[in-house]
Amino acid sequence: MDTGAILMLIYVFVLACFAGYQLISKVPPTLHTPLMSGANAISGITILGAMLATREAAGQWGPHASTIVGFFAVVLASINVVGGFMVTDRMMGMFKSKG
Amino acid sequence: MDFIASSAGVWGWNKILANFGYMASVVMFILAIMRLSKVRTARGANMLAAGAMLLAIVSTFVEMGAINPAYIIAGLIVGGAIGAVMAKKVQMTQMPEMVALLNGFGGLASTFVAMATFFSVSEHGGSGNLARMMMREGGGFGGFNLVLTLIVGSVTFTGSIIAFLKLSEKMAGRPILLPGRHVINAGLLLLALGIGGFAVWGPSSTVLTGTILLFIVVVTLALGITLVIPIGGGDMPVVISLLNSYSGIAGALAGFTINEPVLVVSGSLVGASGLILTQIMCKAMNRSLANVMFGGFGAEPAAGGTGGGKEEYTKVKSAEGEEVAMILSDVQSLIFVPGYGMAVSQAQHLVRELGDMLTERGCQVRYAIHPVAGRMPGHMNVLLAEANVPYEQLFELDQINGEFKNTDAVIVIGANDVVNPDAVDKKDSPLYGMPVLNVWEARTCFVIKRSLSPGFAMVKNPLFEADNNYMVFGDGRKALEDIIKSLKEA
Repeated sequence: MDTGAILMLIYVFVLACFAGYQLISKVPPTLHTPLMSGANAISGITILGAMLATREAAGQWGPHASTIVGFFAVVLASINVVGGFMVTDRMMGMFKSKG
Repeated sequence: MDFIASSAGVWGWNKILANFGYMASVVMFILAIMRLSKVRTARGANMLAAGAMLLAIVSTFVEMGAINPAYIIAGLIVGGAIGAVMAKKVQMTQMPEMVALLNGFGGLASTFVAMATFFSVSEHGGSGNLARMMMREGGGFGGFNLVLTLIVGSVTFTGSIIAFLKLSEKMAGRPILLPGRHVINAGLLLLALGIGGFAVWGPSSTVLTGTILLFIVVVTLALGITLVIPIGGGDMPVVISLLNSYSGIAGALAGFTINEPVLVVSGSLVGASGLILTQIMCKAMNRSLANVMFGGFGAEPAAGGTGGGKEEYTKVKSAEGEEVAMILSDVQSLIFVPGYGMAVSQAQHLVRELGDMLTERGCQVRYAIHPVAGRMPGHMNVLLAEANVPYEQLFELDQINGEFKNTDAVIVIGANDVVNPDAVDKKDSPLYGMPVLNVWEARTCFVIKRSLSPGFAMVKNPLFEADNNYMVFGDGRKALEDIIKSLKEA
Protein backbone atom coordinates (compact mmCIF):
# COMPACT_ATOMS: atom_id res chain seq x y z
CA MET A 1 0.00 0.00 0.00
CA ASP A 2 1.73 3.18 -1.16
CA THR A 3 1.10 6.75 -0.06
CA GLY A 4 -1.46 7.23 -2.81
CA ALA A 5 -3.52 4.28 -1.61
CA ILE A 6 -3.36 5.51 1.97
CA LEU A 7 -4.52 8.98 0.94
CA MET A 8 -7.34 7.46 -1.09
CA LEU A 9 -8.56 5.53 1.94
CA ILE A 10 -8.46 8.70 4.02
CA TYR A 11 -10.55 10.40 1.32
CA VAL A 12 -13.07 7.56 1.50
CA PHE A 13 -13.10 7.79 5.29
CA VAL A 14 -13.78 11.54 5.37
CA LEU A 15 -16.50 11.35 2.73
CA ALA A 16 -18.18 8.39 4.44
CA CYS A 17 -18.18 10.17 7.82
CA PHE A 18 -19.75 13.23 6.20
CA ALA A 19 -22.38 11.24 4.28
CA GLY A 20 -23.13 9.11 7.35
CA TYR A 21 -23.64 12.15 9.54
CA GLN A 22 -26.01 13.76 7.04
CA LEU A 23 -28.05 10.62 6.40
CA ILE A 24 -28.33 9.39 9.96
CA SER A 25 -29.46 12.82 11.20
CA LYS A 26 -32.63 12.16 9.22
CA VAL A 27 -33.54 8.94 11.05
CA PRO A 28 -36.56 9.70 13.29
CA PRO A 29 -36.16 9.18 17.09
CA THR A 30 -38.82 6.45 16.98
CA LEU A 31 -36.31 4.29 15.12
CA HIS A 32 -33.23 5.05 17.21
CA THR A 33 -33.14 1.69 19.00
CA PRO A 34 -33.42 -0.34 15.76
CA LEU A 35 -30.87 2.07 14.26
CA MET A 36 -28.42 1.09 17.00
CA SER A 37 -28.96 -2.64 16.64
CA GLY A 38 -28.75 -2.27 12.87
CA ALA A 39 -25.50 -0.35 13.34
CA ASN A 40 -24.26 -3.29 15.43
CA ALA A 41 -24.96 -5.56 12.49
CA ILE A 42 -23.21 -3.23 10.04
CA SER A 43 -20.16 -2.93 12.30
CA GLY A 44 -19.98 -6.71 11.86
CA ILE A 45 -18.44 -5.82 8.48
CA THR A 46 -15.13 -6.61 10.21
CA ILE A 47 -16.18 -10.15 9.27
CA LEU A 48 -14.48 -9.51 5.92
CA GLY A 49 -11.17 -8.80 7.64
CA ALA A 50 -11.70 -11.83 9.85
CA MET A 51 -12.33 -14.08 6.85
CA LEU A 52 -9.26 -12.81 5.01
CA ALA A 53 -7.13 -13.45 8.09
CA THR A 54 -8.52 -16.97 8.49
CA ARG A 55 -8.09 -18.04 4.87
CA GLU A 56 -5.07 -20.26 5.23
CA ALA A 57 -6.67 -23.04 7.13
CA ALA A 58 -3.65 -25.18 7.88
CA GLY A 59 0.08 -25.05 7.63
CA GLN A 60 2.39 -27.99 7.88
CA TRP A 61 1.91 -28.37 11.63
CA GLY A 62 -1.79 -27.65 12.01
CA PRO A 63 -3.57 -24.32 11.86
CA HIS A 64 -1.59 -21.08 11.87
CA ALA A 65 -1.88 -18.64 14.75
CA SER A 66 -3.56 -16.23 12.31
CA THR A 67 -6.16 -18.88 11.49
CA ILE A 68 -7.02 -19.56 15.13
CA VAL A 69 -7.29 -15.88 16.09
CA GLY A 70 -9.10 -15.18 12.83
CA PHE A 71 -11.58 -17.96 13.54
CA PHE A 72 -12.63 -16.27 16.80
CA ALA A 73 -12.92 -12.96 14.95
CA VAL A 74 -15.24 -14.65 12.44
CA VAL A 75 -17.37 -16.05 15.28
CA LEU A 76 -17.70 -12.67 17.04
CA ALA A 77 -18.41 -10.75 13.86
CA SER A 78 -21.04 -13.31 12.77
CA ILE A 79 -22.80 -12.92 16.12
CA ASN A 80 -23.04 -9.20 15.36
CA VAL A 81 -24.16 -9.62 11.78
CA VAL A 82 -26.81 -12.31 12.34
CA GLY A 83 -27.93 -11.15 15.81
CA GLY A 84 -27.99 -7.50 14.79
CA PHE A 85 -30.01 -7.87 11.60
CA MET A 86 -32.43 -10.41 13.10
CA VAL A 87 -33.24 -8.43 16.22
CA THR A 88 -33.62 -5.25 14.15
CA ASP A 89 -36.08 -7.03 11.89
CA ARG A 90 -37.99 -8.27 14.94
CA MET A 91 -38.30 -4.73 16.27
CA MET A 92 -39.22 -3.21 12.92
CA GLY A 93 -42.00 -5.78 12.64
CA MET A 94 -43.57 -4.39 15.81
CA PHE A 95 -44.01 -0.87 14.49
CA LYS A 96 -47.57 -0.78 13.24
CA SER A 97 -49.65 1.91 11.72
CA LYS A 98 -53.22 2.74 12.81
CA GLY A 99 -54.76 1.28 9.66
CA MET B 1 -5.23 -6.98 1.42
CA ASP B 2 -1.85 -7.47 -0.07
CA PHE B 3 0.19 -9.50 2.33
CA ILE B 4 -0.04 -12.63 0.24
CA ALA B 5 3.02 -12.49 -2.00
CA SER B 6 1.31 -13.97 -5.04
CA SER B 7 -1.34 -11.28 -5.21
CA ALA B 8 0.98 -8.33 -4.63
CA GLY B 9 0.86 -5.96 -7.54
CA VAL B 10 -1.04 -8.26 -9.88
CA TRP B 11 -4.82 -8.16 -9.71
CA GLY B 12 -6.51 -11.37 -10.79
CA TRP B 13 -9.98 -11.36 -12.32
CA ASN B 14 -11.46 -12.62 -9.05
CA LYS B 15 -10.10 -9.67 -7.10
CA ILE B 16 -11.47 -7.22 -9.65
CA LEU B 17 -14.86 -8.92 -9.62
CA ALA B 18 -14.87 -8.92 -5.81
CA ASN B 19 -14.23 -5.18 -5.78
CA PHE B 20 -17.29 -4.56 -7.91
CA GLY B 21 -19.21 -6.60 -5.36
CA TYR B 22 -17.83 -4.43 -2.53
CA MET B 23 -18.79 -1.30 -4.42
CA ALA B 24 -22.35 -2.51 -4.88
CA SER B 25 -22.60 -3.43 -1.21
CA VAL B 26 -21.42 0.04 -0.13
CA VAL B 27 -24.11 1.61 -2.32
CA MET B 28 -26.69 -0.74 -0.79
CA PHE B 29 -25.63 0.19 2.76
CA ILE B 30 -26.05 3.88 1.99
CA LEU B 31 -29.43 3.33 0.31
CA ALA B 32 -30.50 1.31 3.36
CA ILE B 33 -29.67 4.17 5.71
CA MET B 34 -31.56 6.60 3.49
CA ARG B 35 -34.62 4.36 3.71
CA LEU B 36 -34.38 4.33 7.50
CA SER B 37 -35.73 7.89 7.52
CA LYS B 38 -39.34 6.61 7.41
CA VAL B 39 -40.94 3.97 9.60
CA ARG B 40 -42.81 2.64 6.57
CA THR B 41 -39.64 1.78 4.65
CA ALA B 42 -37.45 0.91 7.63
CA ARG B 43 -38.00 -2.84 7.69
CA GLY B 44 -37.11 -3.11 4.01
CA ALA B 45 -34.05 -0.96 4.69
CA ASN B 46 -32.82 -3.48 7.25
CA MET B 47 -33.32 -6.31 4.73
CA LEU B 48 -31.37 -4.29 2.17
CA ALA B 49 -28.49 -3.81 4.62
CA ALA B 50 -28.50 -7.55 5.37
CA GLY B 51 -28.36 -8.20 1.62
CA ALA B 52 -25.43 -5.80 1.34
CA MET B 53 -23.60 -7.74 4.05
CA LEU B 54 -24.28 -11.04 2.32
CA LEU B 55 -22.97 -9.63 -0.97
CA ALA B 56 -19.83 -8.39 0.78
CA ILE B 57 -19.23 -11.83 2.32
CA VAL B 58 -19.74 -13.60 -1.00
CA SER B 59 -17.39 -11.10 -2.68
CA THR B 60 -14.74 -11.92 -0.08
CA PHE B 61 -15.00 -15.60 -0.93
CA VAL B 62 -14.61 -14.66 -4.60
CA GLU B 63 -11.56 -12.53 -3.77
CA MET B 64 -9.93 -15.34 -1.81
CA GLY B 65 -10.40 -17.84 -4.63
CA ALA B 66 -9.33 -21.41 -3.97
CA ILE B 67 -8.76 -21.70 -0.24
CA ASN B 68 -9.69 -24.16 2.45
CA PRO B 69 -12.80 -22.51 3.86
CA ALA B 70 -13.33 -24.95 6.75
CA TYR B 71 -12.45 -22.55 9.58
CA ILE B 72 -14.33 -19.64 8.03
CA ILE B 73 -17.49 -21.66 7.50
CA ALA B 74 -17.27 -23.15 10.99
CA GLY B 75 -16.93 -19.63 12.42
CA LEU B 76 -19.88 -18.36 10.41
CA ILE B 77 -22.08 -21.21 11.60
CA VAL B 78 -21.10 -20.97 15.28
CA GLY B 79 -21.38 -17.17 15.41
CA GLY B 80 -24.53 -17.10 13.30
CA ALA B 81 -26.24 -19.62 15.57
CA ILE B 82 -25.32 -17.68 18.73
CA GLY B 83 -26.53 -14.44 17.14
CA ALA B 84 -29.80 -15.99 16.00
CA VAL B 85 -30.56 -17.37 19.46
CA MET B 86 -29.78 -14.03 21.09
CA ALA B 87 -32.01 -12.17 18.64
CA LYS B 88 -34.93 -14.57 19.18
CA LYS B 89 -34.70 -14.74 22.96
CA VAL B 90 -34.03 -11.15 23.97
CA GLN B 91 -36.90 -9.26 25.54
CA MET B 92 -37.57 -5.73 24.41
CA THR B 93 -36.83 -4.39 27.89
CA GLN B 94 -33.38 -5.97 27.56
CA MET B 95 -32.47 -4.32 24.25
CA PRO B 96 -29.92 -1.98 25.88
CA GLU B 97 -28.08 -5.00 27.29
CA MET B 98 -28.10 -6.74 23.93
CA VAL B 99 -26.80 -3.66 22.12
CA ALA B 100 -24.09 -3.27 24.78
CA LEU B 101 -23.00 -6.89 24.26
CA LEU B 102 -22.97 -6.56 20.48
CA ASN B 103 -20.92 -3.35 20.76
CA GLY B 104 -18.44 -5.33 22.83
CA PHE B 105 -18.28 -8.25 20.38
CA GLY B 106 -17.76 -5.81 17.51
CA GLY B 107 -14.83 -4.22 19.35
CA LEU B 108 -13.26 -7.56 20.24
CA ALA B 109 -13.68 -8.80 16.66
CA SER B 110 -11.64 -5.79 15.46
CA THR B 111 -8.95 -6.52 18.06
CA PHE B 112 -8.77 -10.12 16.85
CA VAL B 113 -8.62 -9.04 13.20
CA ALA B 114 -5.66 -6.80 14.03
CA MET B 115 -3.87 -9.58 15.96
CA ALA B 116 -4.57 -12.10 13.21
CA THR B 117 -3.17 -9.64 10.67
CA PHE B 118 0.02 -9.40 12.74
CA PHE B 119 0.36 -13.21 12.85
CA SER B 120 -0.42 -13.43 9.17
CA VAL B 121 2.31 -10.99 8.09
CA SER B 122 4.81 -12.77 10.31
CA GLU B 123 3.80 -16.13 8.84
CA HIS B 124 4.50 -14.66 5.41
CA GLY B 125 8.06 -13.79 6.27
CA GLY B 126 7.62 -10.33 7.78
CA SER B 127 9.93 -9.71 10.73
CA GLY B 128 11.21 -6.98 13.00
CA ASN B 129 9.16 -3.97 13.97
CA LEU B 130 5.62 -3.38 12.72
CA ALA B 131 6.62 -0.78 10.15
CA ARG B 132 9.02 -3.24 8.53
CA MET B 133 6.64 -6.18 8.82
CA MET B 134 3.85 -4.23 7.22
CA MET B 135 5.87 -2.75 4.42
CA ARG B 136 3.21 -3.69 1.87
CA GLU B 137 0.35 -2.56 4.10
CA GLY B 138 1.48 1.04 4.45
CA GLY B 139 4.62 0.64 6.58
CA GLY B 140 4.60 2.90 9.61
CA PHE B 141 1.07 4.10 8.84
CA GLY B 142 -0.23 0.54 8.59
CA GLY B 143 1.61 -0.45 11.75
CA PHE B 144 0.38 2.42 13.86
CA ASN B 145 -3.08 1.89 12.49
CA LEU B 146 -2.94 -1.71 13.66
CA VAL B 147 -2.01 -0.45 17.14
CA LEU B 148 -4.96 1.98 17.11
CA THR B 149 -7.30 -0.83 16.08
CA LEU B 150 -6.11 -2.87 19.06
CA ILE B 151 -6.63 0.08 21.41
CA VAL B 152 -10.12 1.10 20.24
CA GLY B 153 -11.28 -2.50 19.91
CA SER B 154 -10.14 -3.53 23.39
CA VAL B 155 -11.51 -0.43 25.14
CA THR B 156 -14.83 -0.97 23.36
CA PHE B 157 -14.92 -4.60 24.48
CA THR B 158 -14.39 -4.22 28.23
CA GLY B 159 -16.24 -0.89 28.37
CA SER B 160 -19.25 -2.57 26.80
CA ILE B 161 -19.06 -5.53 29.14
CA ILE B 162 -19.15 -3.18 32.15
CA ALA B 163 -22.08 -1.30 30.57
CA PHE B 164 -23.82 -4.64 30.03
CA LEU B 165 -23.27 -5.67 33.66
CA LYS B 166 -24.59 -2.33 34.94
CA LEU B 167 -27.63 -2.38 32.65
CA SER B 168 -28.55 -5.94 33.57
CA GLU B 169 -28.01 -5.11 37.24
CA LYS B 170 -25.48 -7.89 37.64
CA MET B 171 -23.28 -5.07 38.92
CA ALA B 172 -24.36 -2.12 41.06
CA GLY B 173 -25.29 0.86 38.90
CA ARG B 174 -23.78 3.44 41.23
CA PRO B 175 -20.50 5.01 40.11
CA ILE B 176 -17.30 3.44 41.45
CA LEU B 177 -14.87 6.29 41.90
CA LEU B 178 -11.26 5.17 42.13
CA PRO B 179 -8.91 7.72 43.71
CA GLY B 180 -6.97 9.53 40.99
CA ARG B 181 -9.05 7.91 38.27
CA HIS B 182 -8.36 10.61 35.70
CA VAL B 183 -4.63 10.09 36.19
CA ILE B 184 -5.07 6.31 35.88
CA ASN B 185 -7.08 6.65 32.66
CA ALA B 186 -4.73 9.15 31.06
CA GLY B 187 -1.74 7.06 32.18
CA LEU B 188 -3.09 3.83 30.68
CA LEU B 189 -3.90 5.54 27.37
CA LEU B 190 -0.50 7.22 27.11
CA LEU B 191 1.21 3.96 28.02
CA ALA B 192 -0.65 2.09 25.27
CA LEU B 193 0.11 4.78 22.68
CA GLY B 194 3.75 5.05 23.78
CA ILE B 195 4.59 1.36 23.68
CA GLY B 196 2.49 1.13 20.51
CA GLY B 197 4.71 3.73 18.88
CA PHE B 198 7.75 1.74 20.04
CA ALA B 199 6.32 -1.48 18.53
CA VAL B 200 5.93 0.26 15.18
CA TRP B 201 9.43 1.68 14.88
CA GLY B 202 11.54 0.14 17.66
CA PRO B 203 12.10 -3.59 18.04
CA SER B 204 14.21 -5.69 15.72
CA SER B 205 12.66 -8.94 16.92
CA THR B 206 9.22 -10.11 15.82
CA VAL B 207 8.70 -11.86 19.16
CA LEU B 208 9.24 -8.61 21.03
CA THR B 209 6.85 -6.78 18.69
CA GLY B 210 4.18 -9.43 19.26
CA THR B 211 4.69 -9.36 23.02
CA ILE B 212 4.24 -5.59 23.05
CA LEU B 213 1.04 -5.88 21.03
CA LEU B 214 -0.37 -8.37 23.54
CA PHE B 215 0.65 -6.04 26.36
CA ILE B 216 -1.20 -3.17 24.62
CA VAL B 217 -4.32 -5.34 24.52
CA VAL B 218 -4.04 -6.06 28.26
CA VAL B 219 -3.50 -2.38 29.11
CA THR B 220 -6.43 -1.17 27.01
CA LEU B 221 -8.73 -3.92 28.27
CA ALA B 222 -8.05 -2.48 31.72
CA LEU B 223 -8.63 1.05 30.40
CA GLY B 224 -12.10 0.08 29.16
CA ILE B 225 -12.98 -0.99 32.70
CA THR B 226 -11.58 2.07 34.47
CA LEU B 227 -13.31 4.38 31.98
CA VAL B 228 -16.81 2.97 32.50
CA ILE B 229 -16.99 1.97 36.19
CA PRO B 230 -17.17 5.63 37.36
CA ILE B 231 -20.27 6.23 35.23
CA GLY B 232 -23.68 5.77 36.90
CA GLY B 233 -26.28 3.29 35.69
CA GLY B 234 -28.60 6.11 34.64
CA ASP B 235 -25.99 7.42 32.23
CA MET B 236 -25.55 4.10 30.45
CA PRO B 237 -27.67 5.26 27.44
CA VAL B 238 -24.92 7.76 26.65
CA VAL B 239 -22.21 5.18 27.22
CA ILE B 240 -23.73 2.56 24.92
CA SER B 241 -24.30 5.19 22.21
CA LEU B 242 -20.67 6.22 22.45
CA LEU B 243 -19.42 2.62 22.47
CA ASN B 244 -21.65 1.97 19.45
CA SER B 245 -19.70 4.69 17.72
CA TYR B 246 -16.37 3.20 18.87
CA SER B 247 -17.26 -0.23 17.52
CA GLY B 248 -17.76 1.40 14.12
CA ILE B 249 -14.51 3.33 14.38
CA ALA B 250 -12.67 0.11 15.29
CA GLY B 251 -14.13 -1.45 12.15
CA ALA B 252 -13.02 1.50 10.01
CA LEU B 253 -9.51 1.30 11.47
CA ALA B 254 -9.40 -2.42 10.72
CA GLY B 255 -10.32 -1.42 7.15
CA PHE B 256 -7.26 0.84 6.99
CA THR B 257 -5.11 -2.02 8.30
CA ILE B 258 -6.18 -4.45 5.61
CA ASN B 259 -6.72 -1.81 2.88
CA GLU B 260 -10.41 -2.54 2.36
CA PRO B 261 -12.58 0.52 1.60
CA VAL B 262 -15.85 -1.33 2.31
CA LEU B 263 -14.81 -1.66 5.95
CA VAL B 264 -13.82 1.99 6.08
CA VAL B 265 -17.18 3.15 4.71
CA SER B 266 -19.37 0.86 6.83
CA GLY B 267 -17.32 1.54 9.95
CA SER B 268 -17.61 5.29 9.40
CA LEU B 269 -21.39 5.04 8.99
CA VAL B 270 -21.67 3.27 12.34
CA GLY B 271 -19.23 5.71 13.92
CA ALA B 272 -21.31 8.66 12.75
CA SER B 273 -24.54 7.04 13.90
CA GLY B 274 -23.26 6.43 17.42
CA LEU B 275 -21.90 9.94 17.63
CA ILE B 276 -25.24 11.52 16.64
CA LEU B 277 -27.11 9.44 19.21
CA THR B 278 -24.56 10.37 21.87
CA GLN B 279 -25.12 14.07 21.14
CA ILE B 280 -28.90 13.66 21.28
CA MET B 281 -28.73 11.89 24.65
CA CYS B 282 -26.39 14.49 26.17
CA LYS B 283 -28.57 17.34 24.93
CA ALA B 284 -31.68 15.68 26.37
CA MET B 285 -29.99 15.54 29.77
CA ASN B 286 -28.52 19.02 29.42
CA ARG B 287 -25.05 17.73 30.16
CA SER B 288 -21.82 17.72 28.26
CA LEU B 289 -20.24 14.48 27.14
CA ALA B 290 -17.27 15.26 29.38
CA ASN B 291 -19.59 15.62 32.37
CA VAL B 292 -21.20 12.24 31.65
CA MET B 293 -17.89 10.47 31.07
CA PHE B 294 -15.78 12.01 33.82
CA GLY B 295 -18.20 13.76 36.19
CA GLY B 296 -18.94 10.78 38.44
CA PHE B 297 -22.60 11.86 38.31
CA GLY B 298 -24.98 10.13 40.71
CA ALA B 299 -22.35 9.21 43.30
CA GLU B 300 -23.83 11.66 45.78
CA PRO B 301 -26.95 13.88 45.82
CA ALA B 302 -26.46 16.75 43.40
CA ALA B 303 -25.63 20.17 44.80
CA GLY B 304 -28.63 22.44 45.13
CA GLY B 305 -31.11 19.64 45.73
CA THR B 306 -31.19 17.66 48.93
CA GLY B 307 -32.76 14.25 48.64
CA GLY B 308 -36.29 15.34 47.96
CA GLY B 309 -37.83 12.87 50.39
CA LYS B 310 -41.43 12.69 51.52
CA GLU B 311 -40.97 15.28 54.28
CA GLU B 312 -40.27 18.03 51.77
CA TYR B 313 -43.71 17.90 50.23
CA THR B 314 -46.50 19.76 52.04
CA LYS B 315 -49.64 19.89 49.93
CA VAL B 316 -49.72 16.75 47.83
CA LYS B 317 -53.14 15.65 46.58
CA SER B 318 -53.69 12.01 45.85
CA ALA B 319 -56.41 10.16 43.99
CA GLU B 320 -57.65 6.58 43.80
CA GLY B 321 -58.35 4.71 40.58
CA GLU B 322 -62.07 5.39 40.86
CA GLU B 323 -61.63 9.18 41.05
CA VAL B 324 -59.19 9.13 38.13
CA ALA B 325 -61.69 7.14 36.05
CA MET B 326 -64.39 9.67 36.86
CA ILE B 327 -62.34 12.55 35.52
CA LEU B 328 -61.13 10.56 32.52
CA SER B 329 -64.67 9.55 31.58
CA ASP B 330 -65.33 12.91 29.97
CA VAL B 331 -61.97 14.20 28.73
CA GLN B 332 -61.59 15.09 25.06
CA SER B 333 -57.81 14.80 24.91
CA LEU B 334 -55.24 12.83 26.85
CA ILE B 335 -51.47 12.54 26.67
CA PHE B 336 -49.57 9.67 28.26
CA VAL B 337 -46.04 10.38 29.46
CA PRO B 338 -44.33 7.02 29.93
CA GLY B 339 -41.01 6.56 31.72
CA TYR B 340 -38.84 3.56 32.35
CA GLY B 341 -40.86 2.78 35.50
CA MET B 342 -43.71 1.77 33.19
CA ALA B 343 -41.54 -0.83 31.48
CA VAL B 344 -40.25 -2.13 34.81
CA SER B 345 -43.78 -2.91 35.99
CA GLN B 346 -44.64 -4.22 32.49
CA ALA B 347 -47.59 -1.82 32.36
CA GLN B 348 -47.33 -0.84 28.68
CA HIS B 349 -50.09 -3.23 27.61
CA LEU B 350 -52.45 -1.79 30.21
CA VAL B 351 -51.54 1.72 29.12
CA ARG B 352 -52.49 0.80 25.55
CA GLU B 353 -55.72 -0.82 26.79
CA LEU B 354 -56.69 2.34 28.65
CA GLY B 355 -55.72 4.39 25.60
CA ASP B 356 -57.93 2.24 23.37
CA MET B 357 -60.91 2.56 25.75
CA LEU B 358 -60.63 6.34 25.74
CA THR B 359 -60.18 6.45 21.95
CA GLU B 360 -63.42 4.51 21.60
CA ARG B 361 -65.11 7.14 23.73
CA GLY B 362 -63.99 9.79 21.24
CA CYS B 363 -61.00 11.06 23.19
CA GLN B 364 -57.81 12.02 21.35
CA VAL B 365 -54.99 9.90 22.81
CA ARG B 366 -51.31 10.68 22.28
CA TYR B 367 -48.00 9.65 23.82
CA ALA B 368 -45.21 12.10 24.64
CA ILE B 369 -41.77 10.47 24.52
CA HIS B 370 -38.85 12.20 26.18
CA PRO B 371 -35.52 11.29 24.53
CA VAL B 372 -34.22 9.76 27.78
CA ALA B 373 -37.49 8.07 28.76
CA GLY B 374 -36.12 4.58 28.16
CA ARG B 375 -32.71 3.14 28.80
CA MET B 376 -31.34 3.77 25.35
CA PRO B 377 -32.24 6.11 22.47
CA GLY B 378 -35.70 5.24 21.14
CA HIS B 379 -36.23 2.46 23.68
CA MET B 380 -39.65 3.65 24.86
CA ASN B 381 -40.94 3.73 21.28
CA VAL B 382 -40.01 0.07 20.82
CA LEU B 383 -41.65 -0.92 24.13
CA LEU B 384 -44.87 0.85 23.13
CA ALA B 385 -44.74 -0.58 19.61
CA GLU B 386 -44.48 -4.03 21.17
CA ALA B 387 -47.69 -3.25 23.09
CA ASN B 388 -49.33 -2.42 19.72
CA VAL B 389 -49.49 1.33 20.15
CA PRO B 390 -49.61 2.74 16.58
CA TYR B 391 -46.50 4.79 15.89
CA GLU B 392 -48.56 7.77 14.70
CA GLN B 393 -49.59 8.29 18.33
CA LEU B 394 -45.99 8.66 19.53
CA PHE B 395 -44.68 12.23 19.64
CA GLU B 396 -41.28 13.68 20.37
CA LEU B 397 -40.70 16.40 22.89
CA ASP B 398 -40.50 19.24 20.34
CA GLN B 399 -43.63 18.11 18.56
CA ILE B 400 -45.84 17.85 21.61
CA ASN B 401 -44.61 20.38 24.14
CA GLY B 402 -46.85 23.11 22.70
CA GLU B 403 -49.89 20.83 22.97
CA PHE B 404 -50.09 20.32 26.74
CA LYS B 405 -51.82 23.65 27.35
CA ASN B 406 -54.73 22.55 25.14
CA THR B 407 -54.97 19.11 26.68
CA ASP B 408 -57.58 17.97 29.21
CA ALA B 409 -55.56 15.32 31.01
CA VAL B 410 -52.04 13.92 31.26
CA ILE B 411 -51.06 10.60 32.79
CA VAL B 412 -47.40 10.40 33.81
CA ILE B 413 -46.39 6.83 34.53
CA GLY B 414 -42.99 5.86 35.87
CA ALA B 415 -41.31 9.15 34.95
CA ASN B 416 -40.01 11.89 37.25
CA ASP B 417 -37.08 14.13 36.29
CA VAL B 418 -38.32 14.56 32.70
CA VAL B 419 -41.51 16.28 33.96
CA ASN B 420 -39.85 18.51 36.58
CA PRO B 421 -40.93 22.18 36.17
CA ASP B 422 -37.78 23.36 38.00
CA ALA B 423 -35.88 22.59 34.81
CA VAL B 424 -37.73 25.51 33.21
CA ASP B 425 -37.90 28.17 35.90
CA LYS B 426 -35.63 27.45 38.87
CA LYS B 427 -32.17 28.70 38.01
CA ASP B 428 -30.34 27.00 40.89
CA SER B 429 -31.83 23.57 40.23
CA PRO B 430 -29.37 20.96 38.94
CA LEU B 431 -31.95 20.19 36.27
CA TYR B 432 -32.21 23.81 35.10
CA GLY B 433 -31.99 24.00 31.31
CA MET B 434 -32.79 20.35 30.68
CA PRO B 435 -35.57 19.96 28.09
CA VAL B 436 -38.67 18.64 29.92
CA LEU B 437 -42.27 17.84 29.03
CA ASN B 438 -44.52 20.68 30.21
CA VAL B 439 -47.20 18.40 31.64
CA TRP B 440 -48.23 20.94 34.30
CA GLU B 441 -49.79 23.10 31.56
CA ALA B 442 -52.55 20.53 31.01
CA ARG B 443 -55.88 21.02 32.76
CA THR B 444 -55.39 17.97 34.98
CA CYS B 445 -52.30 15.88 35.53
CA PHE B 446 -52.02 12.44 37.14
CA VAL B 447 -48.71 10.97 38.24
CA ILE B 448 -48.74 7.21 38.78
CA LYS B 449 -45.82 6.44 41.07
CA ARG B 450 -45.03 4.22 44.05
CA SER B 451 -43.97 7.04 46.36
CA LEU B 452 -42.63 10.59 46.40
CA SER B 453 -39.05 9.33 46.13
CA PRO B 454 -36.73 11.34 43.86
CA GLY B 455 -35.58 10.31 40.40
CA PHE B 456 -32.04 9.85 39.11
CA ALA B 457 -31.16 13.53 39.59
CA MET B 458 -32.08 13.21 43.33
CA VAL B 459 -34.11 16.42 43.45
CA LYS B 460 -37.59 17.39 44.56
CA ASN B 461 -40.29 17.63 41.89
CA PRO B 462 -42.70 20.57 42.49
CA LEU B 463 -45.14 19.06 39.98
CA PHE B 464 -46.22 16.68 42.75
CA GLU B 465 -47.67 19.61 44.76
CA ALA B 466 -49.16 21.52 41.83
CA ASP B 467 -52.83 22.50 42.17
CA ASN B 468 -53.87 20.58 39.07
CA ASN B 469 -51.87 17.46 39.88
CA TYR B 470 -53.01 14.25 41.58
CA MET B 471 -50.64 11.53 42.72
CA VAL B 472 -51.89 7.99 42.13
CA PHE B 473 -49.74 6.00 44.53
CA GLY B 474 -48.96 2.37 43.84
CA ASP B 475 -47.55 -0.07 41.34
CA GLY B 476 -48.15 1.00 37.72
CA ARG B 477 -49.99 -2.16 36.73
CA LYS B 478 -52.23 -2.16 39.80
CA ALA B 479 -53.11 1.53 39.42
CA LEU B 480 -53.99 1.12 35.75
CA GLU B 481 -56.06 -1.99 36.42
CA ASP B 482 -58.07 -0.02 38.99
CA ILE B 483 -58.61 2.86 36.57
CA ILE B 484 -59.64 0.55 33.73
CA LYS B 485 -62.02 -1.40 35.97
CA SER B 486 -63.71 1.76 37.26
CA LEU B 487 -63.93 3.22 33.76
CA LYS B 488 -65.68 0.08 32.52
CA GLU B 489 -68.27 0.41 35.28
CA ALA B 490 -68.76 4.12 34.72
